[in-house]
Amino acid sequence: MEQIVSMIGWKTAKTIAGLVGVLIFVVFNALILTWAERKVAGHMQRRIGPKEVGPYGLIQPIADALKLLGKEILTPRAVDRPLYFLAPILIFVPVLVSFIVIPFDASLQVKDINVGILVILAFSSLSVLSILMAGWGSNNKYALIGAIRSVAQNIAYEIPLLLALLPVIMMTNSFSLKAIVEAQKGLWFVFYQPLAFCIYFIASVAETNRTPFDLPEAESELVAGYHTEYSGMRFALFFLAEYTNIFIVSAIAVTFFLGGYQGPFLPGIIWFLLKSYLLVFVIMWLRWTFPRVRFDQLLNISWKALIPLAFINLLLTGGLLKL
Amino acid sequence: MTVSPSAFIKGAGSLLAGLGVTIRAFFQPVVTSQYPRQLLNISPRFRSHTKLVADRDNPDKNACTACQICVKACPSGSIVSVDGEKREGEKRKTGTSYILDFTTCSQCGICVEVCPYDALDFSADFNLVGYKREDFHFDLVREFGKRKKTS
Repeated sequence: MEQIVSMIGWKTAKTIAGLVGVLIFVVFNALILTWAERKVAGHMQRRIGPKEVGPYGLIQPIADALKLLGKEILTPRAVDRPLYFLAPILIFVPVLVSFIVIPFDASLQVKDINVGILVILAFSSLSVLSILMAGWGSNNKYALIGAIRSVAQNIAYEIPLLLALLPVIMMTNSFSLKAIVEAQKGLWFVFYQPLAFCIYFIASVAETNRTPFDLPEAESELVAGYHTEYSGMRFALFFLAEYTNIFIVSAIAVTFFLGGYQGPFLPGIIWFLLKSYLLVFVIMWLRWTFPRVRFDQLLNISWKALIPLAFINLLLTGGLLKL
Repeated sequence: MTVSPSAFIKGAGSLLAGLGVTIRAFFQPVVTSQYPRQLLNISPRFRSHTKLVADRDNPDKNACTACQICVKACPSGSIVSVDGEKREGEKRKTGTSYILDFTTCSQCGICVEVCPYDALDFSADFNLVGYKREDFHFDLVREFGKRKKTS
């Protein structure tokens, strides 16, 4: 162990250990969330949900994962091979990178970069590219329609997402996530910026393609959207990325507005996970309550409501900070 | 998209009301029954295939006397054959085989009504699956014997 560390240097060793930890967390998080989603869906429809495999059906996601691993990976003949192969891998990269800068606890962060939030936002817009690659490469009309919708939606919602985070950055004068959390020692930013929090939350639900903004994968009209032609482990990667993205947007919301890892009595990581999963639950709650919006409504909400409101909020914050 | 403030508040209220509905359902008890683990009570008037009833004087024996009235009465010809034997010291015959072809039976109940000894009744057995038609050719006498043994 010490030999390896001395060979590659302490910093690299720490990053590698962090990446391994992140990978474990990503898989574990996706397993828990698939189970939780089905349980939440079940109870909101007054059913039980999975219950047969393991106590309370807890082993169900592992059974699902094994099934997906065992499935044949089909490649339709007419696909654009490089794009088709790369898309599921490429959708997974931004997900991993985002985890590097998220502070789980005061000392539990793979790397505190002074442009942390920019890293997350820059890389998360890459997932749009991989969705477009998947949709175009599949050579399937439903996949393509889903991908095009996804691009229009993600571009529309990335702007209010950024604009809602900017007031917080203006208040703390820092892009570093850790500095933002430390700045909320007294009062959480959600109390200073309730409107920004609402805008961020709505935009993040749209960014993760969740109901009521799940037009890219609207199963009732588009079969499955951009991942129609994917099967087996490739499909699982899309699935994994979706659930990890849900956690990431919740984690960013917690970091920016809900005080991050800060809280009384319990250790920081517990507070952080507690708040994050509470937001994840709210996202699931939204999914099992609201019907899907129409496409024109979807774009109108962003361009005609969220973006102007976010700009007004930004201007007011800037003005008040100057005073 | 111009929205008046009152319409906005009304709309936001409706969204919250929707969330309220689902969160209340979330904490309410489930309404589904866990079928293979838990069976619902079958109503006494439920009609499945017919079964033989025990004789009033001798509960170990079925009440069928192989009189063949049900065979003649069945509109679908579902009762394939009814056989019986006369045993020592008994006045009437006792059914030894009662073959019912359940694939053509429509649970009309004529056999139950027409039986002079009230030897037939509807069972509540709804767990009926099989791989071939012959799986639904029941021998009610054998089924009666099995029921006696388990009870």
